Amino acid sequence: MNFDDTPEEAAFRAKVRAWIDANAPKHLETELRRAAFASSGVVSEDPVVASKAWQKKKAAAGYACLNWPKEYGGGGFSPIERVIWSQEEGPYASLSSLFGIGHGMCGPTVMTWASEEQKRRLLPPLVSGEEVWCQLFSEPASGSDLAGLRTRAEKAADGSGDWIINGQKIWTSGAHRSDWGLLITRTDPDLPKHKGLTMFFLSMKSPGIEIRPIKQANGDANFNEVYFTDVRIPDAQRLGAVNQGWEVSLTTLMNERLSIGSGMPTGFPELFNFCLEAEIDGRPAIEDSRVRSRLATYAVRASGLKYTGMRAITALSKGQIPGPENSIGKLVAGSTMQETAMFALELQGEAGMLTGAAAEFAGRFQAMLLRSPATRIEGGSDEILRNIIAERVLGLPGDIRVDKSVPFRDIPTRGRAD
Amino acid sequence: MNLDFSDDQKLLKDQLRRFLADRCPPATVRAVLEGPAPFDRPLYQGLAELGVLGAAVPEAYGGLGLGRLELCILAEELGRALAPVPVSSSIYLAAEFLLAAGSEAQKSAWLPKLVSAEAVGTFALAERAGRVTPKAIQCRVEGGRLRGVKVPVADGEAADLAVVAARTEPGDGAGGVSLFLVDLGSSGVKREAVDNIDPSRKQAKITFDGVAAEPLGAAGEGWEIVRKVIDRAAVLMAFEQVGGADRALEMGRDYALDRMAFGRQIGSFQGIKHMLADMYVSATLARSNAYYGAWALAAEAAELPVAAATARVSATQAFQHCAKNNIQVHGGMGFTWAFDCHLYYRRSNALALALGSLSEWEDRLVEQLRRQNAAPAAA
Ligand SMILES: Cc1cc2nc3c(=O)[nH]c(=O)nc-3n(C[C@H](O)[C@H](O)[C@H](O)COP(=O)(O)OP(=O)(O)OC[C@H]3O[C@@H](n4cnc5c(N)ncnc54)[C@H](O)[C@@H]3O)c2cc1C
Repeated sequence: MNFDDTPEEAAFRAKVRAWIDANAPKHLETELRRAAFASSGVVSEDPVVASKAWQKKKAAAGYACLNWPKEYGGGGFSPIERVIWSQEEGPYASLSSLFGIGHGMCGPTVMTWASEEQKRRLLPPLVSGEEVWCQLFSEPASGSDLAGLRTRAEKAADGSGDWIINGQKIWTSGAHRSDWGLLITRTDPDLPKHKGLTMFFLSMKSPGIEIRPIKQANGDANFNEVYFTDVRIPDAQRLGAVNQGWEVSLTTLMNERLSIGSGMPTGFPELFNFCLEAEIDGRPAIEDSRVRSRLATYAVRASGLKYTGMRAITALSKGQIPGPENSIGKLVAGSTMQETAMFALELQGEAGMLTGAAAEFAGRFQAMLLRSPATRIEGGSDEILRNIIAERVLGLPGDIRVDKSVPFRDIPTRGRAD
Repeated sequence: MNLDFSDDQKLLKDQLRRFLADRCPPATVRAVLEGPAPFDRPLYQGLAELGVLGAAVPEAYGGLGLGRLELCILAEELGRALAPVPVSSSIYLAAEFLLAAGSEAQKSAWLPKLVSAEAVGTFALAERAGRVTPKAIQCRVEGGRLRGVKVPVADGEAADLAVVAARTEPGDGAGGVSLFLVDLGSSGVKREAVDNIDPSRKQAKITFDGVAAEPLGAAGEGWEIVRKVIDRAAVLMAFEQVGGADRALEMGRDYALDRMAFGRQIGSFQGIKHMLADMYVSATLARSNAYYGAWALAAEAAELPVAAATARVSATQAFQHCAKNNIQVHGGMGFTWAFDCHLYYRRSNALALALGSLSEWEDRLVEQLRRQNAAPAAA
């Protein structure tokens, strides 16, 4: 048991540290460090331009998608080297959040299911940030229950073999600045829900796509509605067989788990620093016993996640495949972030209501408070993650289902008759 | 980086698990819980023969000299089986006190006996209800004679040797507290059993009436040594708690698979599934934090105070959480004497108080984080 680098790892660390020192956009460091959760924090220049510039530099040196094969634009490094990189990248890592969905979900799916030619065309620009991807999965009537989606893909009547897409996606993060999308559709409503789905990728510039931003509860507009009206996709852009889409989507979700060790934010370090500075009745807040009790609870959750991540990396380095137990990360981090933010505001008293420049800590906790509900929903809600732990880790029975073996078109769609 | 035990260490653990499955089934725990025996002597003897007691004690004193990582992984199994033996009192505490502060003569006199189970040691700290602060230590040693009352003392009735914290300077200060070794066979020692929430681990009240006491470590340094040794013991205790939490979770899971209600397994109700998932989460966080503590303990890292408090707080939360919800999963059966749920519930709550309560450790964790934060950044 140790936290030491092997000589090779130490050499790699020294090498990437020197490279980052020589190449990182240092003029942005202060604003990146001050970043509120879920934004890169760059305000002094166009954040998308800043993100793409850093990504391109990293890709050229092999430090983007470190563990992807070199022929697809990756660095060809081991999972451990990837972890070392992310430890060293520090504040600059938030510049890459723009590419998170592409690198974490879309890329691995393309790598598993696309043709060799497609992989060589699509993956390198995805790595380098020249092309941005989005994930077109959720729909108004199907979020947690992804397999309930209704966007249709039908064979074109002209015999070209193309597919014609009609329907609507929703909550698509970054669709408005994406070049490509990973799209799951229904190809056969007469089959049970999981059996009639098919996966495609398509250009977000395709005729018939309309993207409408949705204003989020926290005031940002990062996710969108995406409408498809007779959008044409060549059959060559199908990933997996017709009606094999559910299986393909599982690769996407499984790869999410592989991106372990990245460490979801909990808000604890920020809260701790705040409690060092804030005062209660003229004394440092950190000396108050009630504050201490809360801080300790958050501290052990944050450290528990950190060391759970390190145990997972250890297992990975011994060749074990990460499993559903990694669902714990977002489940714990999401609600902890929400609680730490609320607690920081409480310590600020009435001024806790203020946001922006007038607020304590430049409004960081207020931004966390307003963004954190989303973490508990996106990419698998808290309840879905608990189901996953209960069923796939502990071996408890699945929920009783009424929708599994009936044809999709016969499944009821309204909760209450009106 | 490697945050896991080695294959050899895991072999030791498996070996102890098999041994305990055979020698420490729940009936053994119940025999101590319900009977007058202070602990299960044959089991304790067996653990000595297996090398468990001496795992972290140097060979020069009769131990195996393996290390504290080995002791951690073994502690997990003892916690899982609720072993009704004085390992924590005698090994995590008394032996660690001797190793930390004992003279050569004291170590040679006592460690071989503790390791071979020929003698049992304990640590006598608390004197009354409430947090144990230097002020709360009012037992006194004057002219080499100890006077005062200690309660509760874990395994106090069965122990042969006690490490006792007593005042050598009047007043409230930490600097007036010193440690002593007391042979509990000496005249002037009066012991009474006291009832406690977990009778599978006995507690006693010990009255010292002018008993010969031998200094352990320098005068006035007692409190400092206590903090140091309690940090070490806290990591080991955290492993016992992690073992207990895991077993309570397993029991709940198994019952949820077997028990039917409304025509289906109760484990198919989300109320039960999510409760078990949350137990898994707290048990997992506690295990990871305990590994961090184990690393700090074995490496004698400067951050041991932070790591120990982290491991302790997390393990206390997890064991209490899993043990209480295990009863909930079992319904009425969980509240019977016959089912084993209450054994874990009792132990989880007793361990939560041994070595200082949760709020004390929370306080200590934040204080230590604050110090670590103020210190110039370590390389
Ligand atoms: C900020 C943000 C970004 C997103 N980005 C994307 C994106 O880029 N691409 C994309 O495809 N999607 C995206 N999503 C959508 C996201 O994946 C869904 O919101 C999520 O899966 C939940 O689905 P839903 O919103 O339909 O809620 P529902 O599924 O309707 O859930 C409502 C409530 O019911 C609970 N529930 C549902 N099913 C169960 C069950 N079986 N057991 C217990 N409870 C249950 C849920 O936990 C939740 O509390 C994003 C969402 C957010 C908030």
